[in-house]
Amino acid sequence: MVHIKRMQEDGTDILAVVGEIDASSSIELDFAIAKSVGEGSKMILVDCTALEYISSAGLGVFMSYIEEIRDKHIRMVLFGLKEKVANTFQILGLADLIHISVNKQEAKKLIHELPV
Amino acid sequence: MKTKALTRLAFLGATVAWLVMVFSDVTLLFSDLKGLTPDVPMWLPRVTLDLYAICLFYYYKFKIERDESFNFTDLLWQVFAIGLVATVISLCVRLLEFLLGSTKLSSNIFFVDVEYLVNLGLLLSFLIAAFTCWKRLILYQKSKWLIRGWMVFEIALLIVLLSDNLQLILWEWLLTAISIFTGLLALVLSANMKWVAYLNFRQKWTSLLLLLLSFFYLGYFFYTVNRLSDTISLQSTAFLDFRSHVFNIYLFSFVMLYSIFSFLVILFNLPTSSVFEQKLEEVVNFQRISQSVQTEQSEESVYKILLESSVSSVFADAAWLEIKGELEQDRLQTYQITEDDTLKIQLHLNGRHVKGILDQGSDRTRNLSNHLATLKGTRFRSLMAFPIHVKGVKIGTLALLKELPDGFNKEMTHIVSAFANQAGISIENFRLLKEAIQNERYKEELKIAKSVQKSLLPTKLEKDDDFEISAFSESADEVGGDYYDTLRINDHQVGLIIADVSGKGTTAAFHMSQMKGIFHSLAQQELEPREFMVRANQALKYCLERGSFISATYFVVDSMAKKIYYSRAGHCPVLIYRAAEKKAEYLIDKGAALGMVRGKDFRNFVETNTIPYASGDVLVLFTDGITEANSPKGEEFGLDLLKNAIIQKVSQDPKEIQEHLINKLYEYTGTEEINDDYTTMIVKFK
Repeated sequence: MVHIKRMQEDGTDILAVVGEIDASSSIELDFAIAKSVGEGSKMILVDCTALEYISSAGLGVFMSYIEEIRDKHIRMVLFGLKEKVANTFQILGLADLIHISVNKQEAKKLIHELPV
Repeated sequence: MKTKALTRLAFLGATVAWLVMVFSDVTLLFSDLKGLTPDVPMWLPRVTLDLYAICLFYYYKFKIERDESFNFTDLLWQVFAIGLVATVISLCVRLLEFLLGSTKLSSNIFFVDVEYLVNLGLLLSFLIAAFTCWKRLILYQKSKWLIRGWMVFEIALLIVLLSDNLQLILWEWLLTAISIFTGLLALVLSANMKWVAYLNFRQKWTSLLLLLLSFFYLGYFFYTVNRLSDTISLQSTAFLDFRSHVFNIYLFSFVMLYSIFSFLVILFNLPTSSVFEQKLEEVVNFQRISQSVQTEQSEESVYKILLESSVSSVFADAAWLEIKGELEQDRLQTYQITEDDTLKIQLHLNGRHVKGILDQGSDRTRNLSNHLATLKGTRFRSLMAFPIHVKGVKIGTLALLKELPDGFNKEMTHIVSAFANQAGISIENFRLLKEAIQNERYKEELKIAKSVQKSLLPTKLEKDDDFEISAFSESADEVGGDYYDTLRINDHQVGLIIADVSGKGTTAAFHMSQMKGIFHSLAQQELEPREFMVRANQALKYCLERGSFISATYFVVDSMAKKIYYSRAGHCPVLIYRAAEKKAEYLIDKGAALGMVRGKDFRNFVETNTIPYASGDVLVLFTDGITEANSPKGEEFGLDLLKNAIIQKVSQDPKEIQEHLINKLYEYTGTEEINDDYTTMIVKFK
């Protein structure tokens, strides 16, 4: 079960992910990111503070956007990952492909510094 | 066989009895006329007549009552046919008499007597045949009391037969009582006319005709026998006068009575028979609708049957059936009306704001006749509409039209409403069946996928003087995507792989088989592990769909260099136990899963690592199914417990270490039903 909230904060889309992402709920994550990307957001922050668990299907969703956001010059940063979740990203090698920050402040700073 | 023999015996008995009767009666008549003392006893003709009747009774009992095929008109036809044969024989005798003209022989009393006895025999034969047939008709719908009543009736007739022929001197009042009783019983039994209701219109006409002809036979025989006995009795009374034979009269009366009853009942049932046929047709139509599911027909045919049945049940002049399509367009089936007319009527009703059945919102049966009167250019003056529900959702409308005003009555509403309900149930069943079949097919597919997946895992692992391997893999209910394998590269190198395909089901099994192919082809090329991963990624990027990836770790164990070269592509970290240090650690390195980066730069995300090994070292490979297995509290097994479990038995064989690990895992989760695939491969160096 997952709940995704979308907010706008000074030109940045913030997607707050609450709960667990497994094979079935990964579709919701996919929808949320697709919507944000589709509406032309250039900066997307994903708030994972309340993300308890992510399965390989959920990781697949992030993975599937890597090329698209690069091609569309979109900057995306994840932040507030719990250790277990961060580990999953690490093991799979996704941490090297996606920008991850410790907290929201850092993430905001990073997203503005990132080269387009 | 037995019945056949008995039938023949009965027929033979009847023939013999009749011949004896003729002989004895003529003898008696002769003796009487000549004033001689007869050589045969006076009672002989009567007794032989009784025997004749009884034999015939059994003959027809075997012949008609045992007949398996039961058809009312066939029975009547049999009576008619027997009567016809009897009449023809009788007429032949008449013809002979006529041909002889006014010769001495034809006026001879003995000739007349023989002729009389022939006719009497034929009459009795016809009467008993009819009696047997009537019995079958009366007992068509049996009840306990009816069968008992009939038995009593037969016994009463037998008593009558015996009493008046054997000249038993019974009390007069008793005989009268029995006679009245038998008569009343005959009347009561004759009221059993249920079979008439089952005749259709045509059969009723046939039956009437057959009965009419039977009346003719009865009349003819009665007249003939009467005339002949009159002729004889003018000269002598010492012959077998059937009129003194009460049984004959009874039998004749009963057969006649039931024939008249039947005739009248059929005649008066003629006008209502169409209603009965209609009801019967409704039942048949009902069955057609409900059975259309079993006969593997389509929904389309259910609609067709519904339309046809409804039209024929209420004698509608036209009808249409509109089905709201789920995904596709609405479908319209019409009968005797064009689609344009249908649309016109619908528009007209909508235009006049007739709220009701024709808009898809309503779910009530409605009679909309009044509203049609105002529509010009249509020949219809009555309209009745019904909703069709499936699982409580209205899926369509059935509309019936008539050219007469107020053409529908309440019964018609009931029956068509029942049809519409039944059609709804049939369609619901049909959809359920389709769903069940689909599910079954899906399950079957999963089964196949599972067996494919199982067959992809190696049955034998590579052996080497330097190490020993033990592996274990189990998949969850659904098909998983865990894969492990070993392959000898050359005399001193062995390739090992462990992989986990993201996703489940048939696609996972499919990707797993691709991985196996890739492993077997690339490992043989003596590639450095990083190069192996780069090429595997290159091969997989066209097959893996968006969002899918495979995590894997590839090892080359070199027994000459005593080293392990490996590359990890997003898979769980490797655990290595160093016997020298008595310590186990997870190897930290970098590596992205296969399919994660589809471009050329994947090379930058994987690396080859080299570690040495020594005797007693243990290498543990596993998939996340083990570390992510949950305890009942919802906590994960994790890397630490895995490490502990290995250390506990690290001095044992790899097989024992592996068994210990799995046992520990089950102990932790409290069940063997883990909701994911879990695989481990343990390599122990010698």
